Amino acid sequence: MRFRLSPDHIRILIPFVSLAVLLAAVFWLQPRAMSYMGLNLLLNLAVPIALATIAQMLVIAVNDLDLSIGTFVSFAACVTAVYMPEQPLLGIVILAAAIGAYALMGLVIHLRDLPSIVVTLGMSFVWGGLAVLLLPSPGGQAPEWLRTVMTAATPFVPMAVVASAIIALVAHLVVMRSTLGVALRGVGGNARSVSRAGWSVARIKVAAYALSGLFSVLSGMALVGLTTSADANIALRYTLLSIAGVILGGGEFTGGRVSPVGAVVGALTLTLAGSFLSFLRISPDWQIGAQGAVLIVVLGLRLIFSRREA
Amino acid sequence: MKTLNTLLSRPWIWSWLAALATFALTVIVTGGASTFGLAQATLTFAAFSVLVGLGQMLVITLGPGNVDLSVPATITLSGTLALKFMDTEPSLILPGLLIALGIGLLVGIGNYGLIKLLRIPPIIATLSMSFLIQSLAIWSNRGLRIKPPDALATFSTGSIAGIPNMAILALVVSLVVWWLLDRSICGRWISAIGQSPFAARMAGIPVDGTRFFTYVICAVLAALCGYLLASFSGGAALNMGAEYLLMSIAVVVIGGSAVAGGNSNVPGIWGASLFMFLVVSMLNTYGFGAGLRLVLTGLIIIVVIIAASRKTADR
Amino acid sequence: MSSPVAAVGGASVTFGAVRALSGVDLAIVSGEAVGLVGHNGAGKSTLVNVINGGLTPHAGSVAYDGAEKGLSGVAAARAGGVRCVFQELSLCPNLTIAENARLMHAGLAGFGWRSRARNLVEAKLSEIFPGNRIDCAATVSALSIAERQMVEIALNFLDVSGPPQLVILDEPTSSLDSTLAGQLLAHVRAYVSGGGSVLLISHILSEILSTSSRIVVMKDGGVVANRPAGDFTVKSLVEAMGSVVRDKAASGERAGRDQAPLVIDLPAVRGGFGFRAHKGEVVGLAGLGGHGQTDMLLSLFRARSGNWLPHGPGDIAFVAGDRALNGTFPLWSILRNLSIGNLSALSSRYAVDREREAATGTAWKEKISIRTPDMHLPILSLSGGNQQKVLFARALSTAADIVLMDDPMRGVDIGTKQDVYGIIRAEAEAGRTFIWYSTEMDEICLCDRVYVFRDGAIVAELTGDEIDEHHVLAASFSGAAA
Repeated sequence: MRFRLSPDHIRILIPFVSLAVLLAAVFWLQPRAMSYMGLNLLLNLAVPIALATIAQMLVIAVNDLDLSIGTFVSFAACVTAVYMPEQPLLGIVILAAAIGAYALMGLVIHLRDLPSIVVTLGMSFVWGGLAVLLLPSPGGQAPEWLRTVMTAATPFVPMAVVASAIIALVAHLVVMRSTLGVALRGVGGNARSVSRAGWSVARIKVAAYALSGLFSVLSGMALVGLTTSADANIALRYTLLSIAGVILGGGEFTGGRVSPVGAVVGALTLTLAGSFLSFLRISPDWQIGAQGAVLIVVLGLRLIFSRREA
Repeated sequence: MKTLNTLLSRPWIWSWLAALATFALTVIVTGGASTFGLAQATLTFAAFSVLVGLGQMLVITLGPGNVDLSVPATITLSGTLALKFMDTEPSLILPGLLIALGIGLLVGIGNYGLIKLLRIPPIIATLSMSFLIQSLAIWSNRGLRIKPPDALATFSTGSIAGIPNMAILALVVSLVVWWLLDRSICGRWISAIGQSPFAARMAGIPVDGTRFFTYVICAVLAALCGYLLASFSGGAALNMGAEYLLMSIAVVVIGGSAVAGGNSNVPGIWGASLFMFLVVSMLNTYGFGAGLRLVLTGLIIIVVIIAASRKTADR
Repeated sequence: MSSPVAAVGGASVTFGAVRALSGVDLAIVSGEAVGLVGHNGAGKSTLVNVINGGLTPHAGSVAYDGAEKGLSGVAAARAGGVRCVFQELSLCPNLTIAENARLMHAGLAGFGWRSRARNLVEAKLSEIFPGNRIDCAATVSALSIAERQMVEIALNFLDVSGPPQLVILDEPTSSLDSTLAGQLLAHVRAYVSGGGSVLLISHILSEILSTSSRIVVMKDGGVVANRPAGDFTVKSLVEAMGSVVRDKAASGERAGRDQAPLVIDLPAVRGGFGFRAHKGEVVGLAGLGGHGQTDMLLSLFRARSGNWLPHGPGDIAFVAGDRALNGTFPLWSILRNLSIGNLSALSSRYAVDREREAATGTAWKEKISIRTPDMHLPILSLSGGNQQKVLFARALSTAADIVLMDDPMRGVDIGTKQDVYGIIRAEAEAGRTFIWYSTEMDEICLCDRVYVFRDGAIVAELTGDEIDEHHVLAASFSGAAA
């Protein structure tokens, strides 16, 4: 077997390398961060972002883009914070219906050949509005069990790392290993040959959107578990962060090229890029800027490597 | 009859009809008590949506995948820096405007630079750019709320013959954009690229130059909006651009411009901007909250896009 | 003789005014390799699409051995064991080889399909291409073009739930080197002697002659010869593809343009011929479709037009052949589609002068008789031929010295063709240079100088009386050069 780094390998490697470089920089500047507590603090909010990134990745895998993830996660968080503690059954029914709505949205987008950006843009208003109706002002509370899960003190490595690993593993199994995952990425890569082989592209797309909805719901619940309450705007930034995470993790907008493990790593990198500044005692003003800079640098690196390969 | 048919075939007519209907419904409830005030407020707030919507429209006309997500950050940064620079000094109003426009110019160059240099889709390029700009704005703002120079504040909130200055300004800009899109060579080029970049290239159109120009115009218009919005609301706030991300795209869609690119219109941006504000005030009048308004807005966008797709399917 | 694996009876297919297939009969029985040859537009691809179920013939029948009743189209073909290796690759580039196998073969379901698929493909690959070094865990996009072609071939020969009965190979060796091509053809022979059947299309006549047991020659949508391969030689194959009598009416008009100044002079690449074009010349690019002619036109155009700044009154214009891909602007009126190539001349101070634009439109409407009541109607309201005229007018209304034409006459009716030929001749007389890629022999014969392309390089330069069907065919098909 000859060993060479193909562009695909590089796409998978770069997110890991950038995460490692960023972590090394943090540890070098602030050795105390190299501890259970330090990691926990750095990566505290990574879990919901990672879940939202996986949700976005599922939609990107079929060549669409979801601009409603931020408001949908906020909505799911509101439902969780309002209903889960007192009326868990009602909460579950609402969230299940919301996932159904997501699947329906996928079907409509496919059947009418609509631009996903605009439909999800419209839906983002809908979810945002529903969230405001549910929780006009910040409030609600996290159900006890959720709080316990999210803040569990896992041995050796903090919960955030453990949970991210589990998310990456599950998403990897679904998207990279299962037959559904193959079909899903096949639609992104060459929808014509997938349907020529006798598959229903509509069904595959519906499955992609339903799964995406499921991961978004989990993201909202995880967020409530961490913050103990919710508000209607709690996760608005997730729309853009999730897109950035997917791209950072080696995904591409078209062609069904996605990497679930990379996406989780990308989400961790973005979280770290945000919180690492506070370790540097640099004003948190630059938090978002650091995320943008990491994104640009990683995309630049990818271009340089892929060009050298070519 | 023929005139009516031509009128009805215009893609922008529906946004205007919707705006008029909403206006009427609101006036009926209030019994005409505050009709003039409502009209003035609508024109003023619509003006800001128009400014960003026009830029976004030009970018979206460039075809699938073209969208500028850095609009809100540009609004915030230009508003913040311009007010900071003017520091309530009336003599600096014009230089302040130039600073704002200069920021727009730089953002536009940066956006297209990233698209071209990193060979990445416009969405991700303008997204990374917006992160950087937003940070710059947060850093320079530092929670201080600097007032605009008095003259500028008066101008931005004032009106001539009952028509708000902001609306007049937006109208002038709209006329320029209309000329650009509808009459100039450049407008033809933008539309051609939106229909088929490959065919445009093979027809001898300078595709990169035109796209670059369009992204710059969009950023400059967002910067102008930031400057005026900050002056109008008595100071720049960090979240002042936030609602304009979705708004700028929404007015393009509702205004009847083709989401897939190639075909846009300026009047629709006005109709949609008026409509978007009127829905808010109508629901307020009826006593509904912000939540329902958002849900309705979303449903309207989806209905519009589905209706538009049916039309193309029939043809 | 056993019943045919696939049988086409009296199949006819028409695309608009073009009769792509007229009453073709072809039966392929197991244990034979049928070679299919013909020049551009002979109907090869149409026939293949009819057999693989992708296209239902407008008249006639298709039947497969072993396919259940009630199935039709692709499903029936697949049930009958028909597999097709398409000329354009149809794998999902983002998936691994095993995953592509999973998508193509529904039988590969259940636990452990991944390793099963990998083993199957690996075994099949080393059966067909012994000694290949393809890593079956690799993603398709990491493979070279040749490797992708090999994988696609292997996937189609795969025996998952029943072996394939008939494998259609459409130019399977186009991206393989001679060793790999030899291995493939050896496998085809072995497969056929084991009872399978193959339909082979290739522009390399020696492959056809050495591999097929029977050769079918097509021309103008019909089968003109269907005989055992032993009856053919390279020479007789080329003759069978051409027509017997052809009058060369146009040759008398050709004036010597060789003395006119050169406008394009490109050095030879890959041991082929260089490319030259003189002022006022009509230069033809011939050869089978997809052998580098369009790429040549695109690079000529790109080298002479700006992507950042508007260039002055252009010196080059392009007439598209694939109208939907790089020709028309579908949302626009006829007039706007016409004027876009020449806006700077129709404008004053960056604004388009609509009156002048309309006047130009009317003038061209008369000149090349675009059949429409109103130039403001949408471009898509026109027939294909008239759309093509608009694209011609777009190029000719500019001041361009060089006009590139990318096989623009496909699917255009004969009347329009004659009109346009006249215009081209007149404009060339007036000093314009035309570079004309055409898949139609009549058009190639109208040119002053012809370059024949094969495998991305120019393999022959024909001038004067050399420009005839025989020379073009001989150069287009490898192994047939005199």
